[in-house]
Amino acid sequence: MTLSRRQLLQTGLLGGLTLALAGRLAEVPAAPGFAANVADRQLIMALAPGMLGPLPAGGAAQVAGNVLKAIDGLPLAVQAELRQLFDLLHNPLARRLLAGVAAPWPEAGEQAINAFLQRWRYSRFSLLRSAYQALHCLLGAGWYGAAASWPAIDYRLPAMMKGLL
Amino acid sequence: MSKLPDPWQAGLAAGWQVTDASRLAQDLQLECDVAIVGTGAGGGMAAELLAQAGLRVVMLEEGALHSSGSFRLNEAEAYPQLYQESANRQTADKGITILQGRTVGGSTTVNWTSSFRTPAGTLGWWRRAHGLQNMSEESMQPWFERAEARLGIAPWETDPNANNAVLARGCEALGLSHGRMRRNVRGCWNLGYCGTGCATNAKQSMLVTTIPAALQAGARLLTRVRVQRLLLAGDRVKGVLAEALQADGVRASGRRVTVKARQVVLSAGAIGTPAILLRSRAPDPYRQLGKRTFLHPVVLSGALFPQRIEGYYGAPQSVYSDHFMHVGAIDGPLGYKLEVPPIHPLIMAATLPGNGAVHQRLMRQMPHLNVTLALLRDGFHPESVGGQVRLRDDGSPLLDYPLGAVEWEAARRALLSMAELQFAAGARAVLPVHEDAGLARSWREARQMIAALPMQIMRTRVVSAHVMGGAAMAADERRGVVDGDGRHWQLRNLTVIDGSLFPTSIGANPQLSVYGFALRQAEALRQRMA
Repeated sequence: MTLSRRQLLQTGLLGGLTLALAGRLAEVPAAPGFAANVADRQLIMALAPGMLGPLPAGGAAQVAGNVLKAIDGLPLAVQAELRQLFDLLHNPLARRLLAGVAAPWPEAGEQAINAFLQRWRYSRFSLLRSAYQALHCLLGAGWYGAAASWPAIDYRLPAMMKGLL
Repeated sequence: MSKLPDPWQAGLAAGWQVTDASRLAQDLQLECDVAIVGTGAGGGMAAELLAQAGLRVVMLEEGALHSSGSFRLNEAEAYPQLYQESANRQTADKGITILQGRTVGGSTTVNWTSSFRTPAGTLGWWRRAHGLQNMSEESMQPWFERAEARLGIAPWETDPNANNAVLARGCEALGLSHGRMRRNVRGCWNLGYCGTGCATNAKQSMLVTTIPAALQAGARLLTRVRVQRLLLAGDRVKGVLAEALQADGVRASGRRVTVKARQVVLSAGAIGTPAILLRSRAPDPYRQLGKRTFLHPVVLSGALFPQRIEGYYGAPQSVYSDHFMHVGAIDGPLGYKLEVPPIHPLIMAATLPGNGAVHQRLMRQMPHLNVTLALLRDGFHPESVGGQVRLRDDGSPLLDYPLGAVEWEAARRALLSMAELQFAAGARAVLPVHEDAGLARSWREARQMIAALPMQIMRTRVVSAHVMGGAAMAADERRGVVDGDGRHWQLRNLTVIDGSLFPTSIGANPQLSVYGFALRQAEALRQRMA
């Protein structure tokens, strides 16, 4: 397999950034957990339509809330990995070079977001594919786990349980 | 709270000894005859047998106590409460997602009730290739009969739901052998929500059978307590040291729990049990611990039907086909068992490939969706050596299970078999669960597409609901971690009673195998203690 100059740049950068971030995390003695911030919420809301298709009003915000709540229930080691991923995506340089998105996430256009998702989904680097899959899983669960999504997919709890739960 | 009866409420009111360790105000020290780590299929069976024999039993469970009163058929609530890592436990390279329980009753609280005895071919292989001479259908029969009687395991006489009927119809059209499953249920409502905890207590999980019986016999249960390590003294175990968790089930509370015991039973599952032994630096002179961990790696195929399937309703699994288990030698190219999974929105959204409008269109067709699965029989082919449990820096377990050429070859074969079967059953389109696949409108189109799919992690979706091995039974100490009774080869009063002692995968849904071996090994332990 021959790597293009651009791909080499990508791996080098990714490795470097990941190391830098991992190093920073390692300085914190106790496992800190994900500790969600405003930028995390904005990022999820920006990605939600690209990952899930058009959402009703308030849908993206609901997805973001559910995703952050779900992350909070994961083992600390997994939370730390997700922290690294989100920090990476928040980094303007990484966003441009690795994700291929020029504008900050809340201002990024639909096409740029979709291109980013496809790029990581089919990346030859399993690290980027795994990052895409983590986002796919979190956002998919964040929306379709919520009862607000069920009418559109014609799903409801069994009729015989009505009034019992 | 649901309005259906919850037997735990009466039991707790009557004085069952249950301690939620997240509420401990100070460290806790206990002494008992037997400390059992884990309350799943192995620990539950052992606890009932040993407590009813008059032994003082303490059960330690990492998960929380959730019983039917809080089972609301809701995935978003159930996965964080009842499953390891919120039903998203993954192998080290993230190539395989593992469904495994973490609650009182372990995986039995959330499994889909499918009940098979250990296949004769598997036991025969253990005798021939692993030297386990007394593992036979005859020697296991009394233990399986006892487990079946205890848990109401019987043929499921109700018609299969439409999702399972696809599998039966496809098999009939292609002339493939298939059968109906037995299930561990009593008075099942046929709802289809086994995976979020049985709201009607019909499923005869450990949560409603053996654990209540053990508590009734005086056993004690500690929940939200994570065993860190064994207390070792030479070739003996003096007890276990555990950390209490906070109410979130994630972080340690700072309180420590010490349980001194004459005998320790590890029933923490095939990832948890090797992890405790690794954290304890238990003797492992032949480097066998944590090795040969098997998963029955599963690949999936979706299919859209003109009629409604509604795979969320009705007993999740009732039909199976072992046809592709028997086309070659047991140690040849990997055989696979065909079944269907239940289809619920959260897990489907996470599992189905694609994104954006394409994914949304697929989700909107969920009522018409059948999903068929193939579970690969790993651990028999010489190159199918399974995974290895290791520890992260924080001591938590991580399973390394790289998929190799033999697994990928079988995965492609299985995707082909399933697509052909789904078209034969009347599908109008088939979607192999793979990032590079699209909807195929004919078997011919599907065949060409599947032949060209790159078989790679995080392109091909691979999942697992069966974790086995890692502390294997062996005929001598050089080849495994425990003997045929589950006794640790180097630690005299330590017994492993769970799926981790299987030397290969089972080749069928493993719960009844765990129950049968658990009874056999717990009875042997009782006799040693008498």
